Amino acid sequence: MPIDFSLTEEQKQLQALARRFAREVILPVAAEYDEKEEVPWPVIEKLHEVGLLNAIIPEAYGGMGLKMLDEVIVGEELAYACMGIYTIPMASDLGITPVLLAGTEEQKRRFLKPLTEKPALAAFALSEPGNGSDAAALKTRAIRQGDHYILNGTKMWISNGGEAEWVVVFATVNPELRHKGVVALVVEKGTPGFKAIKIHGKMGQRASGTYELVFEDVKVPVENRLGEEGEGFKIAMQTLNKTRIPVAAGSVGVARRALDEARKYAKEREAFGQPIANFQAIQFKLADMMIGIETARMYTYYAAWLADQGLPHAHASAIAKAYASEIAFEAANQAIQIHGGYGYVREFPVEKLLRDVKLNQIYEGTNEIQRLIIARHILAE
Amino acid sequence: MTLTQEQRLVLEAVRRVAREVLYPLAPEYDRKAEYPWPQLRALAELGFLGMTTPEAWGGVGLDSVTWALALEEIAAADPSVAVIVSVTSGLPQYMLLRFGTEAQKRRYLVPLAKGEWIGAFCLTEPQAGSDAKSLRTEARRVPGGFVLNGVKSWITSAGQAHLYVVMARTEKGISAFLVEKDTPGLSFGRPEEKMGLHAAHTAEVRLEGVFVPEENLLGEEGRGLAYALAGLDSGRVGVAAQAVGIARGAYEIARAYADQREQFGKKLREHQAIAFKIADMHVRIAAARALVLEAARKKDQGERFTLEASAAKLFASQVAVEVTREAVQVLGGYGYHRDFRVERYYRDAKVTEIYEGTSEIQRLVIARELYR
Repeated sequence: MPIDFSLTEEQKQLQALARRFAREVILPVAAEYDEKEEVPWPVIEKLHEVGLLNAIIPEAYGGMGLKMLDEVIVGEELAYACMGIYTIPMASDLGITPVLLAGTEEQKRRFLKPLTEKPALAAFALSEPGNGSDAAALKTRAIRQGDHYILNGTKMWISNGGEAEWVVVFATVNPELRHKGVVALVVEKGTPGFKAIKIHGKMGQRASGTYELVFEDVKVPVENRLGEEGEGFKIAMQTLNKTRIPVAAGSVGVARRALDEARKYAKEREAFGQPIANFQAIQFKLADMMIGIETARMYTYYAAWLADQGLPHAHASAIAKAYASEIAFEAANQAIQIHGGYGYVREFPVEKLLRDVKLNQIYEGTNEIQRLIIARHILAE
Repeated sequence: MTLTQEQRLVLEAVRRVAREVLYPLAPEYDRKAEYPWPQLRALAELGFLGMTTPEAWGGVGLDSVTWALALEEIAAADPSVAVIVSVTSGLPQYMLLRFGTEAQKRRYLVPLAKGEWIGAFCLTEPQAGSDAKSLRTEARRVPGGFVLNGVKSWITSAGQAHLYVVMARTEKGISAFLVEKDTPGLSFGRPEEKMGLHAAHTAEVRLEGVFVPEENLLGEEGRGLAYALAGLDSGRVGVAAQAVGIARGAYEIARAYADQREQFGKKLREHQAIAFKIADMHVRIAAARALVLEAARKKDQGERFTLEASAAKLFASQVAVEVTREAVQVLGGYGYHRDFRVERYYRDAKVTEIYEGTSEIQRLVIARELYR
């Protein structure tokens, strides 16, 4: 396929829709939900109304069937207004992806269709208190009993964990088998023994609900298992290889916001008798932000394109996620710097950008894990 | 560098207060954004709010090297307390000691040095931050003194401090005034909702027809900006020391965590990527501390230390931002949560690149000094 950097008419419309939504619906309430540490249900409802919630669900199950590139275009726009709020639909897509990758026709119909009929979310539960980056060492146990699994254990840092209609939970049938013992189970909200405890006190992205999930003798029917026993680890990794790309897109959105805010302020604020935008030290900061945004966006598009073409994309998604989250962090940091004291207080939006974007360097695999993936890719040759 | 017996004993005592009083209270005061009076009183009891002020003026008469090392200890436990201490001792006390009259010292320096009073430094205005020369607060001469009108912003300890050193414009240029808290016409804004340093209140100081008697003019009329800049040289050493302390506080948590947490069957510190982060943190903190102590040493010897103070502040604040960011990273998801403290150090660190002259201003000062 020849190189073509242009968006299709449909993608342009999608971008315009997401951009308008971000500015009109998310931006005005972002600071308020951050402050209250509360999930913005009215925003989720409106996302559902315009079709941007769970939009990766194929049309056959009532969704919009967005491809990765479409999702990335939308993600940048939503995160521009609030990374924390964007994490909610993003984490729902993270829960949906294993079902798309490994679910049967019947499972897709059962689990995906309801998510298109009302404002509802999915979630993905891999991390545990004792193991985040080292996913193969998970301790949550699934013991087969007839046509059920009995699930016991604790999951940590689960976005949407308390709101989700169902959660894809990764557990082991035998810890000694390490990654070969992992099974992916869909656990529905309200299943007896399943409890979600909200984690308060996150530094940023406070509009997104993050939970500790506790499973005590939770009975999960075998028909809720995605793929075969032992395939769970592969499913989790394939999922993350895809869903890191939207994290990169969100980072680009945050960086773009940082640049916009910094540009606006630099042109208004005067020091030494002229707008600070006239000073080279400030101009170069703005230029560096732009370099970061353009390169990160292009690479994120590339990773998304690879995923859409069905080409190998594990290392590309790792590069996009690590790089975009780092340039976004730097952009937010410099936006504060350009604002001086004003950058450090809540009346201006830039301090929130820095608090929010730090998480982009941590979740869906820390940037250290991304480097591990990239290094393995390099050394495999 | 070897410390004297006296310096060691002092630092030992600071460390004890930091460990027993400051460290346990820090998370709660951050969460409630409450001004840390009990912590300041504990430090005052041992004379640590007037460390470099001579004994004759109520202080303990120690050198700036000890002061900087003490501030590092305080900041490692609670950066909010450290900035309050740095400002009250580094700016108002230092300015009074250098430029104040006998009577001004007796009336203001003594209670500040004893820690009975807290001092604030009022230079920045809404439209004049980095560009201090363009300040608009005005001091009109009237019989027996001056009447001050204007607004000062981002003032550490505003509303809590007892004495405000206010830079204002008179016919002869910018002058420095000593304004007591309960002076009619002096009022304070609500504490700003900052990203970090929640316990160290920062607010606007408003002056509406504030009468200041002649005897509260600090030094000569028209020399206020020079005094303020001299104060900032000293204050920047304090902020640099605070930055080193913030970095160290986060580093110590990350180092301990890397020794406990296991992933992929071994401790985090046994993963080279993490071990190297810890190594880099250590080196950067040591280098920043060396710059701070160099500035403090020059100050103690009575040499010009403008360049060294700016260099220390510029570098140490960068180190604080980087080290705290990496510390959050080492702790992963836990690092993002307030119960593990490093997110607070990270939020606190950013402002060290902004206040008492942004990093951009430090570079301006350094470049200017290099071509003097």
